[in-house]
Amino acid sequence: MFNQYFQPNDILIIYPELLLALFAMGVMIIDLFLDRAWKVLNAFTALVGIAYAAYALYRLKSNALNLSGYNHAILNDSFAIYFQFVFLIATALVILISARYLSIEGENRGDYYALILLSLIGMNFMVMGIDLITLYIALELMAVSEYILVGYLRTNRQSNEAAMKFFLLGAFSSGILLYGISLLYGISGSTDLRVIAQRLAERPSHDPIALVAVVTLTAGLLFKIGGVPFHQWLPDAYEGAPSTITTFISVAPKAASFALILRIFIVGLKPLETSWVPVLSVVCVLTMTLGNITAISQSNIKRLLAYSSIAHAGYLLLGLIAGNEYGITGIAIYFLVYAFMNIGIWTLVVAMRRKDLIGDQIQDMAGMIYKNPGAAVLMLVFLLSLAGIPPTAGFIGKYYLFASVIQTHHYVLAVIAVLNAAISLYYYFRVVVVMFMSEKTDEEKMTLSPGVLTSLAVTLVFTLLIGIYPEPFIRFAQNSLSLFQ
Amino acid sequence: MDFFRQHILSIITYTPLVGAFLLLFIDKEKKDAIRWVANIVGFVGLIVSLPLWFWYNRADGGFQFLEQHEWIQAIGATYHFGADGISVLLILLTTVLGAIAILSSWTAIQNRVKEYYIFLLLLQVGMLGVFCALDFFLFYVFWEVMLVPMYFLIGVWGSDRRLYSAIKFFLYTLVGSVVMLLGILVLYFHMPEGQRTFDYVAMMNFLHASPLASNVARFVWLAFFLGFAIKVPMFPFHTWLPDAHTDAPTAGSVILAGVLLKMGTYGFIRFSLPLLPHESAYFKGMIAVLAIVGIIYGALVAMMQKDWKRLVAYSSVSHLGFVMLGMFCFNPNGVNGSVLQMINHGISTGGLFLIVGLVYERRHTRLISEYSGLSHVMPVYATYFMIIMLSSLGLPLLNGFIGEFTILQGAFQVSHVWAAFAVLGIILGAAYLLWLYQRTMFGEITNEKNRTLKDLNFREVATLLPLVILAFWIGIYPRPFFRILEKPVNRVVATVQPDKFALDADGNLVPANVNPAPAAPAAAMTNSAAPTPVPLAVSATTSVPVPGNK
Repeated sequence: MFNQYFQPNDILIIYPELLLALFAMGVMIIDLFLDRAWKVLNAFTALVGIAYAAYALYRLKSNALNLSGYNHAILNDSFAIYFQFVFLIATALVILISARYLSIEGENRGDYYALILLSLIGMNFMVMGIDLITLYIALELMAVSEYILVGYLRTNRQSNEAAMKFFLLGAFSSGILLYGISLLYGISGSTDLRVIAQRLAERPSHDPIALVAVVTLTAGLLFKIGGVPFHQWLPDAYEGAPSTITTFISVAPKAASFALILRIFIVGLKPLETSWVPVLSVVCVLTMTLGNITAISQSNIKRLLAYSSIAHAGYLLLGLIAGNEYGITGIAIYFLVYAFMNIGIWTLVVAMRRKDLIGDQIQDMAGMIYKNPGAAVLMLVFLLSLAGIPPTAGFIGKYYLFASVIQTHHYVLAVIAVLNAAISLYYYFRVVVVMFMSEKTDEEKMTLSPGVLTSLAVTLVFTLLIGIYPEPFIRFAQNSLSLFQ
Repeated sequence: MDFFRQHILSIITYTPLVGAFLLLFIDKEKKDAIRWVANIVGFVGLIVSLPLWFWYNRADGGFQFLEQHEWIQAIGATYHFGADGISVLLILLTTVLGAIAILSSWTAIQNRVKEYYIFLLLLQVGMLGVFCALDFFLFYVFWEVMLVPMYFLIGVWGSDRRLYSAIKFFLYTLVGSVVMLLGILVLYFHMPEGQRTFDYVAMMNFLHASPLASNVARFVWLAFFLGFAIKVPMFPFHTWLPDAHTDAPTAGSVILAGVLLKMGTYGFIRFSLPLLPHESAYFKGMIAVLAIVGIIYGALVAMMQKDWKRLVAYSSVSHLGFVMLGMFCFNPNGVNGSVLQMINHGISTGGLFLIVGLVYERRHTRLISEYSGLSHVMPVYATYFMIIMLSSLGLPLLNGFIGEFTILQGAFQVSHVWAAFAVLGIILGAAYLLWLYQRTMFGEITNEKNRTLKDLNFREVATLLPLVILAFWIGIYPRPFFRILEKPVNRVVATVQPDKFALDADGNLVPANVNPAPAAPAAAMTNSAAPTPVPLAVSATTSVPVPGNK
């Protein structure tokens, strides 16, 4: 059974993913035997799966095995392990808040959790893969699960429309990405990123074919993170998707796509740095600025957060443009921070949903300080963190990203970025004004399910803890520096 | 007691935080209980800060009461607190005005009392932290932390266009401070890998030993300038100030004018001048021009105001112009006067805002034309107003005179033209303040509503009396204040003008040698005892003077 392409060690390396796949199947089978009232057990099963996978991953990390497998198609280095931990945290938090929301929407079924777990497997392979074919397949596994999840509310027109848009544009961008991959293969004769880097370094510096490959790859990848000008799908998908799924896709898949971009650009395309840095700089400025400016005029909280998430993708590109240790650590810590603060704020949006209220207008939060003072203060903390005001975690993330471009002397970029951070404060505080300084419009208070409460507690504690004492988290994020080896 | 001595700055800074935490547990309907707790916390905060005045070793003049703990090793940020004479005075000003601001809100704030005091106390934490921090990262954290409570104070308890004013204040300051952050980062990355630290002393020593390229340094200086000048505020960055001051509740205005603006001037004297002395000298002319424009423009605009509070707000622009002008004289007189004037402005303008607040609480209007002849019905009030007004316009025997006179002395030594223009500001200052007093206090009572106004009660007198006592003290016997400032100011002056001044072994200024060694400014800032070249070791040597040995 074993040969040169398949070693016993290989199974060990992907053990967490095998577990997750097992649990994904398990959820669907168990679901068949569950009464309507017991559907919450599905969420529980999925959580157990994630906990188990996290433990397996932890063992993998501390065993220090040779973590390259499948004939060098997979590299489970500390960069990959770090990001997998981020995905696991984000997914667990999303599952916590899903059960109540799904039962209000009347769509509480097991395949929801199975799809989330499958998507998680795809993301894990996206950070482990160092071979373009593996990466592409992993990306599609993640994306296809997401398309279904966005359209999960079968009877909701908006959800269906969002899924369709997301799918069509996603498929289109995957095609472009694949075109770029094929060009790279044509140039180098290999799909291994490390070999591609060697071959590219041997070619003349301004090779037109290589340039076309870079441009198509960039376009395909920018779509996944919602970079301008490939961002149009994002607000629609975020608004139409079930709020819990928006929570999910605004964090985990984005982190996965970014990790994928880092792997491709820092490992594979490093020799072409001079041609992609200017392109990405322009994209970065446009993404930050357009995201922030458009967010100002939104009246729907989901759309506002969607544009804010576009802007955050812009900040994150700073780290890639710098491409140094500060930048990579910055991206890594930013996603850890982003997982907590963004899921925190989305949890509150999810909690706004009641039987009679969709709860996605900013005005629905009017006078929240009188009705739910706790929720209002939490919202304030998360908004401050998104805006990057110390002592919240968001500041540490922004600090790293801004510092990285200062280190590489991209001063203009840095100034534009910090001014954008100031703009973003304006629209985040529009929400604060509504919550703290307008009169309440009704008396009904939010009801928080145990899952939502747990998620809020975790996200709040970490948003403040990373902000006040970031040292251990920075050390943790520095695991990602294995990218440079 | 030992613990208290070693951690006094942290204790001062976090006392209000503890108070805010306590308030969380009081039922929001028990308004009087909340008020009592907040006032006690404010008073305790003042009491624990007083030992600074007695324990500060004036003969040494370096940073004292030092505390340093590991914080974020990954980026070289430490929890480093310490204070020299300049910070000690500003910390005391903050705790005094903080206690007064809390006391002044007893009846003025009737809704959402609990949140109000929590925000007021959090604001206090941020401001105290700024004056204590000796680590750039820590400084920046406190600098930003203070924005949020201020935003809420203006936005929730303010008047008229409070939302507009609050967000304008927040955005303006934020833009300045994020640009300043970039400046800090450039300095940080100027240090070689492995040695990078945000520690103020270490960073300064490194910069003096190996300065930045001058074009980069100028941009860094300008980045700092933007951050601090918006806060001061210097002309033309002052436009947030009249809105924020006018719409803030009384206590908010007192804190804004009394302490917050000082954070900007403190930033200049603590960071811009010692870290980038050559660039400070290079931009000296620009600052002087902006300061003088601010002095005259602020005074002229103040004169034309119909709104009592707005008038006081614009007078701040004018007075802060004096502070900046004095600082950029770079001679002992100018800088001494500048720091003293920061304190004076806190006392006088803080007092003026209290005065406006007292009638606003009674009549709910700030229009000057609504008031006249108040001295007939409120004689005590009129007396306090008179003293504080005279202190603000710089009458001899009151504090304002000492500050302005010293600044003008300093300015005169540098340029007669600077001094001449600045004097114009004093004359205009007298004009708008006296005219205000005349219109509101003298004459017949024309508005019937004013006939029934009550004079000050005991609590209201208690808010004004400490300020009046301080005003007389500084006006009649300013020596203790100059004494505590002397050595720290000497260090600043010797750093900025190494070709004119040097420090002797006791920290006194002497004329510089004809050929100053290039290392002179670096040595000037370290403790004269042991100028070691290793940055972190230096901060250790400065910790030698234990607060105890007077």
